[in-house]
Amino acid sequence: MNNDNNYFSGLFGGVKSLCIGLKTTMREYFTKKITEQYPENRNELQMFDRFRGSLVMPHNENNEHKCVGCGLCQTACPNDTIKVESEFYEDADGKKKKRLTRYEYNLGSCMFCQLCTRACPHGAITFDQSFENAVFDRARLVRVLNQPGSHVAEKPVVKKPAPAAPAAKAGEANA
Amino acid sequence: MFNFQDITTWIHGMLTGTLGLPEWAAILTESIGVALAVITLYAVFAIFLIYMERKVCAFFQCRLGPMRVGPWGTLQVFSDVFKMLTKEIINLRQTDRFLHNMAPFLVVTASMLTFACLPWNKGAHIIDFNVGVFFFLAVSSLGVVGILLAGWSSNNKYSLIGAMRSGAQIISYELSIGMTMLTMICLTGTMSFSEICADQAVNGWNIFRGHLPAVLAFIIYLIAGNAECNRGPFDLPESESELTAGYHTEYSGMHFGYYYLAEYLNLFICAGMAATIFLGGWAPLTIAGLDGFNEVMAYIPGFVWFIGKAIFVVFLLMWLRWTFPRLRIDQILSLEWKYLVPISMFNLVLMALVVAYGLHF
Repeated sequence: MNNDNNYFSGLFGGVKSLCIGLKTTMREYFTKKITEQYPENRNELQMFDRFRGSLVMPHNENNEHKCVGCGLCQTACPNDTIKVESEFYEDADGKKKKRLTRYEYNLGSCMFCQLCTRACPHGAITFDQSFENAVFDRARLVRVLNQPGSHVAEKPVVKKPAPAAPAAKAGEANA
Repeated sequence: MFNFQDITTWIHGMLTGTLGLPEWAAILTESIGVALAVITLYAVFAIFLIYMERKVCAFFQCRLGPMRVGPWGTLQVFSDVFKMLTKEIINLRQTDRFLHNMAPFLVVTASMLTFACLPWNKGAHIIDFNVGVFFFLAVSSLGVVGILLAGWSSNNKYSLIGAMRSGAQIISYELSIGMTMLTMICLTGTMSFSEICADQAVNGWNIFRGHLPAVLAFIIYLIAGNAECNRGPFDLPESESELTAGYHTEYSGMHFGYYYLAEYLNLFICAGMAATIFLGGWAPLTIAGLDGFNEVMAYIPGFVWFIGKAIFVVFLLMWLRWTFPRLRIDQILSLEWKYLVPISMFNLVLMALVVAYGLHF
């Protein structure tokens, strides 16, 4: 008798689970399709948020970036993709300071691991969503990310009392 | 209701009267015309079904499917067909050449014979006689021979395993198909497809008329029909992960194309049979009491009803196919022998009781 119960409960249980499967696929049938018709919708194509196209250094409207030229990204990169060139100069107070002269990024050897953007303490570099990176010459994959004539943005935190500064930096690094 | 017989008698009258052909020549001409029509319809439906399958499959998987060739990818299948036609048929060494070349034709012949059994419209039955259901079951089983021969003559272990699985599966599920058809014959009292349809045009569709046992039989028929077509969760004869492509691994060009064609047409035939014996064939939807509605429905010609119903069932079968994962061979056989056969036997008895006590509508 117990066997018979197993037979029928198995049968009805199976039918029930099959119906759940059918319901799921039917719901999927009417959902919006995720296919992108790429060359046609090139103008309105939106990549997903976490897509990593290529490394960029965002500049603000005053042609200022956030890079201080510390070279942590260069050290973090496993492929030697990034080359940071910097120089020392004396500011108005006569203090010796470091500043970025050339930030070179080789797209051809980048594996988009994001170790550089995580290493950056200032959030100066990030990945954008451009993916049309094909070129005919490998040399053109080497890009200079800092724009000509750009300089590092003066941080408002510098003018604040000293204890506030490290906290703000730590917050940025976590983000 | 549009009767196709008017057209056929008019053609016959034109051939014998206007053209003055003798009776035998007129019948010969008509037979050739019908054969050409069947083959053309066969190809057209195959192309349509392949397109539909690709689209439906894509939509179930949250994709769009073919979109590039022609608007909404409508010309994709045509280009695939032309590609298939231009491909070389490769003769392999150490195969049984004769059987190897014959097998696809057996499969496609069986499929065309069953295709000719479908009742398209009132008066448009190509093969129709008093034991039509038996004829249908007999010729649909002929395809198994082609599949087994393909597996054997290929001289390839994967093909042979695929063919053996296919044989075991088709022969097993033939039982359920036969039993469900018997259930419905019990209700209609005739084995001729034209009479089954004519009966449903008067008395209402069998699935409504036979209520519970008819619905049960319909579900069993859908499951067994999917297995008959080597499709859906029952596609292990050609499971690409284990057997490359099963029994047609060694075929190329149009020989492979025939299997492809037969697979999709078998799907349509299976759906068409379901439409005929459960959903009324070419009979329009009639609701007792709503005379105006019934009259409007009767204006739609029978072949539209038939094809519409068949495509609805094809959609159901595709829904099954793209929902369930593939079964193992032992699961397939236990599903058939432990579940479907006992249930359909019980269902047959139930239907006999329903008919004997006049419990149907």
